[in-house]
Amino acid sequence: MALSTSTTITLAINGEKHTLPVDNRTTLLDALRERLDLTGTKKGCDQGQCGACTVLLDGRRVISCLQLAVAAEGRAVTTIEGVADGELLHPVQQAFIELDGYQCGYCTPGQICSAIAVIEEHAAGWPSAVTADIRPEAGPPPLDADEIRERMSGNLCRCGAYVSIVRAVAQAAEAAWQAPERQDSRGGSDAAASARTAATA
Amino acid sequence: MREFGYQRADDVPGAVALLAADPAARYLGGGTNLVDLMKTGVEKPALLIDVRELPLDRIEVTGSGGLRIGATVTNSDLAADPEVRRRYPALAQAVLAGASGQLRNMATVGGNLLQRTRCGYFADTTKPCNKREPGSGCPAIAGEHHNHAILGASAHCVATHPSDMGVALTAFDAVVTCETADGPAELPLAGFYLPVGDTPHLETALPPGALITGVTLPPAPVAATSRYRKVRERASYAFAIGSIAAALDVQDGVVRDVRLAFGAVASRPWRARAAERALTGGPATAEAFAAAADTELAAAEPLPHNGYKVALTRNLVVAMLTELTQEAVR
Ligand SMILES: Cc1cc2nc3c(=O)[nH]c(=O)nc-3n(C[C@H](O)[C@H](O)[C@H](O)COP(=O)(O)OP(=O)(O)OC[C@H]3O[C@@H](n4cnc5c(N)ncnc54)[C@H](O)[C@@H]3O)c2cc1C
Ligand code: SF4
Ligand code: FES
Ligand code: FES
Repeated sequence: MALSTSTTITLAINGEKHTLPVDNRTTLLDALRERLDLTGTKKGCDQGQCGACTVLLDGRRVISCLQLAVAAEGRAVTTIEGVADGELLHPVQQAFIELDGYQCGYCTPGQICSAIAVIEEHAAGWPSAVTADIRPEAGPPPLDADEIRERMSGNLCRCGAYVSIVRAVAQAAEAAWQAPERQDSRGGSDAAASARTAATA
Repeated sequence: MREFGYQRADDVPGAVALLAADPAARYLGGGTNLVDLMKTGVEKPALLIDVRELPLDRIEVTGSGGLRIGATVTNSDLAADPEVRRRYPALAQAVLAGASGQLRNMATVGGNLLQRTRCGYFADTTKPCNKREPGSGCPAIAGEHHNHAILGASAHCVATHPSDMGVALTAFDAVVTCETADGPAELPLAGFYLPVGDTPHLETALPPGALITGVTLPPAPVAATSRYRKVRERASYAFAIGSIAAALDVQDGVVRDVRLAFGAVASRPWRARAAERALTGGPATAEAFAAAADTELAAAEPLPHNGYKVALTRNLVVAMLTELTQEAVR
């Protein structure tokens, strides 16, 4: 059976529907950058090894360089262009600016998309590789510097701005706890509240 | 990259039928390994059958108290699952030790088991490699092999299997379930990966065209006291140079039950049965742990640049079992 090697796909990108034909070989990263002119998402390694291309797919962070566009058909994509609320920057963006969470800025869109998801994953009670007690009864660990470093380890920064990136993520997480309604729904405010208790305990 | 067709499978029999109709087709899970290998030209499928929408995304407690994990469960959902964290904590820890948050959101259980080796020659199509091109040779044996196998390798291939998840699943006697054109089948993980021998290109006992539908973990009370530890060349987001999944039941200083599996030492996750036998019924002491590790590692055949893995694995055994013993006392 000779199947077509291109497909017309529809993606909801930053809340707007886009329908476009793609060669099946096109990655989501190349579709965003080359076809839709959304060049905020960056290409670093193109092999899943740096995180520069991180976007949110149906609310979860993914590596867009290993995600085929055709396999994202019908799904919702959020890129760095879509994280702000109009003129109001996302708390993670705000924190990166206030705390100098970047130097050249190349890794920053990926760092910010990743950090947004890290805060939600933590609020949902997900453990990490450095969580001392991962039994569900233990509850979520405080989102301290070690936890942030581990959870953000999929985003490399050639400039080595890590110290301020960790501070920015911590500040944004703090802000998210103070205003849980600003968070995208996944995780819910109950989990956010228990995470808050654990962090301040 | 070679051009390819793409189809999303709606149901399990449909996916199997699509693959059976085209020998050059491949299943697509999260794509984190397959798409990477397609970019480098190692994999050249003519058709991708996307299995991510199949209804295989659940984790259920079985009647006997084990777990059934669907093949399309993402690594993230597996590691976050309360039953996994309660009943088989080393499995959640192993998954969390792998790749990055982004990759774990994409990667599936089925794809993780079938990911290919990270041997650099395998990924480089300008180099010979018996696994990629049978009969072309193995440049790793005289070349770059500091992260290659010390156990169960052959003169034809010394590559390791890179999965962390698989190490924990192996320790807990997981059974892989699959669907073939002739119906469902089951394969214990212990026999899932084939011995290397002179056929390193044949990696698993999965029947041709089989779709992995899930993994079943038999109940194992000992698994509730288990841990995974991984050693790597940087603190995170790197493959293992050595790893261990261990579970231990100690009562009055005597080992009642123990499970041990090693990662990054062989072409498959390595179940340390000789060490388990040596330990069971004996004293839970550092000397006994070291002696058991030595029993297992007596079969090691290190290459010039990976001998460190023998000591590393031995140290992991002693450290982990010592920690688990202390935990049991508390
Ligand atoms: C930068 C990087 C770092 C990584 N670090 C680690 C690490 O530290 N530890 C670790 O364990 N892993 C690591 N990985 C590997 C990662 O875990 C695997 O790539 C992933 O688990 C594969 O799952 P997938 O669903 O994306 O598989 P895919 O890439 O979609 O598929 C892999 C293979 O499995 C087949 N397949 C998929 N699903 C099925 C099914 N249901 N039935 C039959 N065949 C199927 C495909 O045809 C293909 O041959 C890393 C990967 C990258 C890119
Ligand atoms: S070790 Fe195996 S995978 Fe690596 S070059 Fe040799 S044959 Fe190929
Ligand atoms: S560009 Fe995707 S991970 Fe580096
Ligand atoms: S700020 Fe330059 S790469 Fe991170």
